[in-house]
Amino acid sequence: MPNETPIFSAKNVVRTFGSGKKLVTAVDDVSFDIADGEIVSIVGGSGCGKSVLAKIMLGLYEPSKGSFQYEGHKITNQKDHWDEVQFIFQDPFSCFNQFFTIRSQLEAAFKIKKEKLTPQQISDRVDAGLMAVNVAPKDIEGKYPFELSGGQMQRMLLARIFALRPKVLIADEPTSMVDACVRANILDYLMKLKEELQMTIIFVTHDIGLAYYVSDRLFIMHEGKIVDQGKPDDVILKPTSPVTVQLLEDIPEIHKEWIKR
Amino acid sequence: MKLLRNLLKSPMFVIGAGLFFGTLLLALVGPLFADMSLDRVAESYAPPGDGLLLGADNLGRNYVALLLHGLRNSLYVGFLAGIVATTFGTLVGIYGGFKGGLIDDLLSVTTNLFIVIPQLILLILISASMQEGRSLTLIALIIGATGWTWSARAVRAQSSALKSRDHIALARINGDGTFAILLKHILPYLASYVFMVFIIQVASGILSEAAISMIGIGPLDTQSLGIILNDAKANGALGDGIWWGIFPATILITTIAFSLYLINTSMEGVFNPRLRRE
Repeated sequence: MPNETPIFSAKNVVRTFGSGKKLVTAVDDVSFDIADGEIVSIVGGSGCGKSVLAKIMLGLYEPSKGSFQYEGHKITNQKDHWDEVQFIFQDPFSCFNQFFTIRSQLEAAFKIKKEKLTPQQISDRVDAGLMAVNVAPKDIEGKYPFELSGGQMQRMLLARIFALRPKVLIADEPTSMVDACVRANILDYLMKLKEELQMTIIFVTHDIGLAYYVSDRLFIMHEGKIVDQGKPDDVILKPTSPVTVQLLEDIPEIHKEWIKR
Repeated sequence: MKLLRNLLKSPMFVIGAGLFFGTLLLALVGPLFADMSLDRVAESYAPPGDGLLLGADNLGRNYVALLLHGLRNSLYVGFLAGIVATTFGTLVGIYGGFKGGLIDDLLSVTTNLFIVIPQLILLILISASMQEGRSLTLIALIIGATGWTWSARAVRAQSSALKSRDHIALARINGDGTFAILLKHILPYLASYVFMVFIIQVASGILSEAAISMIGIGPLDTQSLGIILNDAKANGALGDGIWWGIFPATILITTIAFSLYLINTSMEGVFNPRLRRE
């Protein structure tokens, strides 16, 4: 059920690093609300502060100024927060420990859940997660991370989310390291997560085309500020900021058809 | 085991491991065949021959038995010192490198403080101040406690490089605590490295024991390769041309240390792909 309290609520959030002359402002006076069940994309070029914003949402950084709330309260306990808010990494190759089987690492993820499940239940949930990304559980039985391809690994990360069923998913460029075919698959799985599990998804990307394809709302970031936001059609068709125009011009031709759809 | 096959392809490793296991075998199996009694069996510095393979020392004791006792004790001291130095150094290094910040700074400063204190001088001071009860175990512990710094330094750098990897972040959001992360997600990546450090620590443990025994402040009431050399030196074996008092012990010490260094160097070539020759 959609909740009245926004999932994330940021008011004048500023995050700086360093001090004095070396002061760098990564996120500069950002305010927004993200409602339950939305897919929101944060789009921007390198160094625009989108990853820092994602880390604030994940509770890894605290804002230097302003207030950032999750479901109406400050993020105080990281483990409690990660029970409900999970993350997908950019580089699928480096995020599994090569000394343990994939399966044992998927099952290890259940340590973060407050709800304690029996080993059998955990095993069933992992199977279900694997099925959701079209991998037969026996295909990865006894396999180690280095035995899988990049696309498969990225699917393992998604299977982890399907198995854990968090309330909120933050995906930091989940498609940047895989080829175009796998990319389309991953986007479909993200849609499926939203439809089947009513998950709120924050999709962090530099690719405005992909963002347009999946999102309910777009935030365009530049130099730490949100320069443009709104429904994808409004942002794309009536950009109010020169940054958005620039991002649109930089879309490779092959993605243009998604926009014109 | 692909790793073992790769290691066996390296002649350096085969020679090193062969020499080392040879001495190990000598220490373990030797006592079954040789007469291990340390009673007076011949006159002072009886030359080799006459049933005494390596002659006798100044007290008329069989040198073969002395050397076997000494070899076993030297290996014991080396391994114990190596285990202590590697375990402690690895713990300090892995924790400091992973934690970073103030804790890392404090641990690094402590490590560096210990590094600048010359190990041999510290060993001499501690050993010399203890007139009684200098057992093999105690000497091994002292060597381990003064030698951990290099392990800590080596491991800290590796641990610090690993901590920003994604799989550590994934373990975090999986709910693993710091200790579980160190044990499951950092230590396995460093295992080959820690093992190499351990080998060097064993070698330097054996050499350190020999060095302090040689100057007469090693373990008391027991035998070790260093003590044999000290006895020979104190009783003028060198000046009188009693080669069987000096050479066998020296050759044993050199062989063990040399074989361990060979193993270490050859492993570096296998574990580091950039040094691997196809």
